[in-house]
Amino acid sequence: MYIRKNNKITFVEAINESIHLEMIRNKKLITFGLGINDPKRIFGSTKGLVEKFGHQRVFDVPTSENALTGIGLGLSLGGNPVLMTHQRADFFLLAFDQLINSISKWNYMFDGNSGIVNITIRLIVGRGWGQGPTHSQNLQSIFSHFPGLRVVIPTTPYDVKGLLSSSLRDPNPVIFLEHRWLYNSEGYVPKKNYLVNLEKSKVLRNGKDITVISTSYMTPELKNIYKKLEDKHIDFEHIDLISCKPLDKKTIINSVKKTGRIIVLDTGFESNSISSEIISLVNEFCFKNLKHKPVRVNVPDIPEPTSYGLTKFYYNDSNDILEKISSIFLKKTNKLKKNFLTHHDVPGSWFKGPF
Amino acid sequence: MVISTGLSLNQKIKIFETCSLIRHVELEISRRYDMGKMRCPVHLSIGQEGVPAALSLLLNKKDYAVSTHRAHAHYIAKGGNIKRMIAEIYGKSTGCSGGKGGSMHLVDKKKGFMGSSSIVGNSIPLGVGLGLSLKLKKSKNLSIIFLGDAAVETGAFFESVNFSILKKLPVVFICENNLYSVYTPLKDRQPKNRKIYKMVSGLGIKSYFFDGSKPFSFFKKLEKILQKTRKKSEPCFIEFSTYRHLEHCGPLNDDYLKYRPKKELEKWLKKDPYISMKSTLEKNIKIKNSIKNIEKKNIRTVNTSFLFAEKSNFPTKRSLKKNVYKKK
Repeated sequence: MYIRKNNKITFVEAINESIHLEMIRNKKLITFGLGINDPKRIFGSTKGLVEKFGHQRVFDVPTSENALTGIGLGLSLGGNPVLMTHQRADFFLLAFDQLINSISKWNYMFDGNSGIVNITIRLIVGRGWGQGPTHSQNLQSIFSHFPGLRVVIPTTPYDVKGLLSSSLRDPNPVIFLEHRWLYNSEGYVPKKNYLVNLEKSKVLRNGKDITVISTSYMTPELKNIYKKLEDKHIDFEHIDLISCKPLDKKTIINSVKKTGRIIVLDTGFESNSISSEIISLVNEFCFKNLKHKPVRVNVPDIPEPTSYGLTKFYYNDSNDILEKISSIFLKKTNKLKKNFLTHHDVPGSWFKGPF
Repeated sequence: MVISTGLSLNQKIKIFETCSLIRHVELEISRRYDMGKMRCPVHLSIGQEGVPAALSLLLNKKDYAVSTHRAHAHYIAKGGNIKRMIAEIYGKSTGCSGGKGGSMHLVDKKKGFMGSSSIVGNSIPLGVGLGLSLKLKKSKNLSIIFLGDAAVETGAFFESVNFSILKKLPVVFICENNLYSVYTPLKDRQPKNRKIYKMVSGLGIKSYFFDGSKPFSFFKKLEKILQKTRKKSEPCFIEFSTYRHLEHCGPLNDDYLKYRPKKELEKWLKKDPYISMKSTLEKNIKIKNSIKNIEKKNIRTVNTSFLFAEKSNFPTKRSLKKNVYKKK
């Protein structure tokens, strides 16, 4: 249990707390991943686990992403729920045979007759400090293509703890995406164990002028400009998407029916993205309610370059969002002062890489 | 010359019984396939029954098994419900996978048959994970992984063997080498003169080789290997040479395509495990009748299974959406 300052702990502490509590609660829960017992403990997220629960339940593994994923399936069918961790989501692409051809459809393919697929796969998404083309990919849309998977992206310490606990108890496979830049963010987190609904998007602010749906790191980027938008008298409704699969269609549709405008802030490549899917949904179900064309904000269909000189043109930040939303209302923007950030490629002074 | 195999007559009869059951199931699928009611790919095990038949005596229902696209024989050997298997191939609601998996996705959890998968190499890690769950329970049961000669060419195979050695798992890799991956022969896939079991032993796993068409001669050795694996909880790899008589996928013979050398084909057809075991046993006049009865009983089982499948209903429309996600 982490010591709270004003009831707050960080995102990574909340992850760690959930794993501890769930491993106490369910003695059959097994966790493994490359580096989970190494000196750095996956940026601290697996701290203290092996000491408390032993090497049988908490173990480091060979660099065999594909087989290990199938081994996770076998463990789960044998009665041991599994939590796997990958320091970078990109490496998990090696496991697509196991994930797509087996895990995602196991329950369907055998009509529920082959045991329970209780598997959670933590994937950490990198950004900045030259993470480059193969250490920074936001892959939520490809995971979300496949029936049978759950895909969630928590953005606050409170949600990450509750969603992880829910995932570890859910009888379905969960892709659990953690943005590296959120790791040091602080927030209110109860000490006890609690659950957060894996299928619900969260309305963080009610408004009547426009629905703003954010995913992953776009959520704090939007929170940065609440005041700016309010000053412009834009009464926005903010939805943190959280669940990419299945989509919480009801929350999205109800909101857009009310506001008549939508902008989706996504961290993935533009084409065939979660934002494309949401906008498609809105066109199907809210077409008559729309007062403005739907807008999406993504990174471009370009791999992330490594150079400091190039990444500044690549990502969208609070200023870009402010500009996009303002233009929908034909309002001019006064950019945020960037005095809180010295460099565009880090979330704050705490992050000095290397990854 | 009579070679003593240390096998009791009763054991021989039992091995033959399973072999005959598999053969008759597969023959009936082959016969009826053209009627167009089994509307899914089938990979028949005719010719390859020897290994699963022998294993059927050595495994219990708490042992796990996973298999491949060619899974019928393994499912049957593990005691899987035959009615539900045929119904599955018919796509009926009474199928072992509710009609959603077909011939390549069989399951009978009660009998420890945890699933089969069509993608070559795909089910290997699954079996290793099941082995780990057994080890965590301190169980004396085994996890049997059926694979073919092509699966040893996949990365998943090497990753899985490595892990099973590392963790000392009660896992048995059963490699049925039938020389072909669809139509592609071993010589186009692996270096000349490679012995698969020798290559695998280089990873640090106990490896063995037997002629899979002769269960009476390898049975006792196999029994010992499995006993040791149970006792010591360490993995092993066993390569069996074998041969499929029919086409890779489908009910027919495709040797008019001439992709298999005539000599090779003749050699293996002569070694047919079903025919050889049957003729060996029938030489014993005392049991000739019981062999006949076993055959009759098996044919009855096959017929009632097909009748069951024919009479069963297709899944309803409601079932289409069911089980994409498991409800809590």
